[in-house]
Amino acid sequence: MNIHPTTAGLLLAGILFVLGLISVLIRRNIIFMLLSVEIMLNAAGLAFVVAASHWGQPDGQVMFMFILAMAAAEVSVGLALILQLYHQLRTLDSDEASRMRG
Amino acid sequence: MLPALIPAIPFFSACILMLWWKRLNHISVTVIACGSIALSSLIALIVAATVAGQDQLPLVQHVWQWMQVPGFTAGIDFRMDALSVVFTLVITIVGLLIHVYATGYMQEDEDYGRFFACMNLFVGSMLVLVMADNLLLLYLGWEGVGLCSYLLIGFWYKDPANGYAARKAFIVTRVGDTAMAVALFMLYQYTGTLNIPEILQETGGLWTRGDGVVTLIALLLLGGAVGKSAQLPLQTWLPDAMAGPTPVSALIHAATMVTAGVYLIARMHSVFELAPAAQTATAVIGAVTLVIAGFSALVQTDIKRVLAYSTISQIGYMFLALGCGAWSAAIFHFVTHAFFKALLFMAAGAVIVALHHEQDMFKMGGLRKQLPGVFWVFLIGAASLTAIPFVTAGFYSKDQIIWLSWSAAGGHTAYWLAGLLGALLTGMYTFRMVFLVFYGEVKTKVHRIPGPVMMVPLYILAFLSTVAGFIELPHTLGHVTIFSNWLQPVLPAVEVLHESLAMEWLSQLISAALALGGIWLAWHWVIKKPGGMTEFLSMPGQLWLQGFWRRGWDMDALYDALMVKPFVYFSDINSKDLIDKIYTGLAQLMGWCHNMMARTQSGVLRWYIMGVVLGAVALLSVLIWRLYEI
Repeated sequence: MNIHPTTAGLLLAGILFVLGLISVLIRRNIIFMLLSVEIMLNAAGLAFVVAASHWGQPDGQVMFMFILAMAAAEVSVGLALILQLYHQLRTLDSDEASRMRG
Repeated sequence: MLPALIPAIPFFSACILMLWWKRLNHISVTVIACGSIALSSLIALIVAATVAGQDQLPLVQHVWQWMQVPGFTAGIDFRMDALSVVFTLVITIVGLLIHVYATGYMQEDEDYGRFFACMNLFVGSMLVLVMADNLLLLYLGWEGVGLCSYLLIGFWYKDPANGYAARKAFIVTRVGDTAMAVALFMLYQYTGTLNIPEILQETGGLWTRGDGVVTLIALLLLGGAVGKSAQLPLQTWLPDAMAGPTPVSALIHAATMVTAGVYLIARMHSVFELAPAAQTATAVIGAVTLVIAGFSALVQTDIKRVLAYSTISQIGYMFLALGCGAWSAAIFHFVTHAFFKALLFMAAGAVIVALHHEQDMFKMGGLRKQLPGVFWVFLIGAASLTAIPFVTAGFYSKDQIIWLSWSAAGGHTAYWLAGLLGALLTGMYTFRMVFLVFYGEVKTKVHRIPGPVMMVPLYILAFLSTVAGFIELPHTLGHVTIFSNWLQPVLPAVEVLHESLAMEWLSQLISAALALGGIWLAWHWVIKKPGGMTEFLSMPGQLWLQGFWRRGWDMDALYDALMVKPFVYFSDINSKDLIDKIYTGLAQLMGWCHNMMARTQSGVLRWYIMGVVLGAVALLSVLIWRLYEI
């Protein structure tokens, strides 16, 4: 059977997004959680690009640039936080870092 | 614009003091507090002169429309006629003297500003009460003085006993106020207005003499008057009201609160004239109150409580006069009483301050030499209270009441006898106090001699309580009627049945003799034979009777048993009722919600993400549902 390329692209983006979401939810290692967030971001970017090509408009690709830039910024901040966390707690388990509870 | 300024100025200064007394210094508080009352009394004098100048036409001023609904309007209107001019002058002038005295008395109190804020509010409320053109505005002032009495009696609130006394005054007078409110509703129902002149005009056409409705209205009004003026059976709050600072007692007793009842009855005189039963009730209440309060005053040990009971007794004379239809005699006694009672209270306050807040008369003594100024003014006040013949104001006002209680149309021999017994008792308790405090051996050292700020108002009041009597002299002594002529446009003249000079002379001589006899008895018991008194008092039965009188005829215990205890019992039973459960349940539900919400903030990152995801899923579901109308 023939699947329309747009549908295929959006399906791939959805699968990637859900995979990333599930691994954010089930992982405890904070580095893996960060990686999963990256996967989710890329899935979202893919959806934008597919939509852009579907409508023949460049906006989606521009948006992907923004997402890339934001992902880079997020990673730099996130890694700094992870370093601090490891420095303080000697572990990468995010459940250990629950001291900010109310 | 002038009449409205009289109450407005004290209200304004009270507002200033309430807001900023902590930031104002001592001198500015004094200037604002006394200056406002001085300004008011000046304007009151100008208004009085205006009213007198235009042949006593009342000066009416419409300030503001307070409320207006179909069929009912009530405005902030002030009306200055002969009666309210008399009250306004007494309130502002005596109030001013009390304020000046209080700046000396309260000098070292840390809540100096709060005290004067309440005092100014008190004077302002009382002025609204007497100047009001309609009964609703009068009721505003009426409740205003009730509030201020609560604030001032409980002024030293750190002692729980003072708080209890304040609450007692507030609640007991509230009983009378409820009766008065019902009277106002009924008056509105039948006359369709609360405007005082209109009511006074319409009553004659609406009801015949002795009609049941008008009798009920008059009795309810009397209930309100009884509460505020501390008459039987609602007199129990006044002796306890001595918990407040002495200037407050002077203000309550002389110029404000307790005279409100006298004013109300005099104001609504045409209602009372249509209800002979209510008038009789007024006279009987007055006569009984003046006697039993006299007995209570006789055995008190606290100097201020003697004066408190003496006020109840003197207001009893005023009620007696009102009940007999001798309206202007009651108002005349109010004026002289305001002067000498303010004088006595403030002189007693000077003694109390001089002895470092000692109020027990049996621990005083021999102060005649140490405080000569206070002694002389106190003696003048006491003489006026006792009604020493010819030279005191109290004589002219009180003997007029005693004489009219027999000779007036509403009079009765029993009233006359009660008045005479009261005269004897007044002489006894007043001079028992004078002899105990100022004669005998010195028992306590004098700490502080009162300064001129406290003494000058006393000298002025002493002067006034001597000369104020000469504006109204009886038939037997010159027959001057300046005062009753002045009140004539507002209050009808008394109907005298037995016009007899010989009888009037006799009545005056008997009451003068009884007053002097009372003084002699006091002298005999306190000075001449102090031992004889103890012997007499230790007779069986006497000790019990004395305690009974001192406790105010056990009225407190009676109310305790009849009202307070059952009420507490029922409220105890009722404390776990259904309505409370609703509110408790609501509070518990809120507490539970709070716990649940607090638990969500666990600090575990994955739970937060789960929350975000669930929210996103919910939002998307709603969005899809709305888009496709699945």
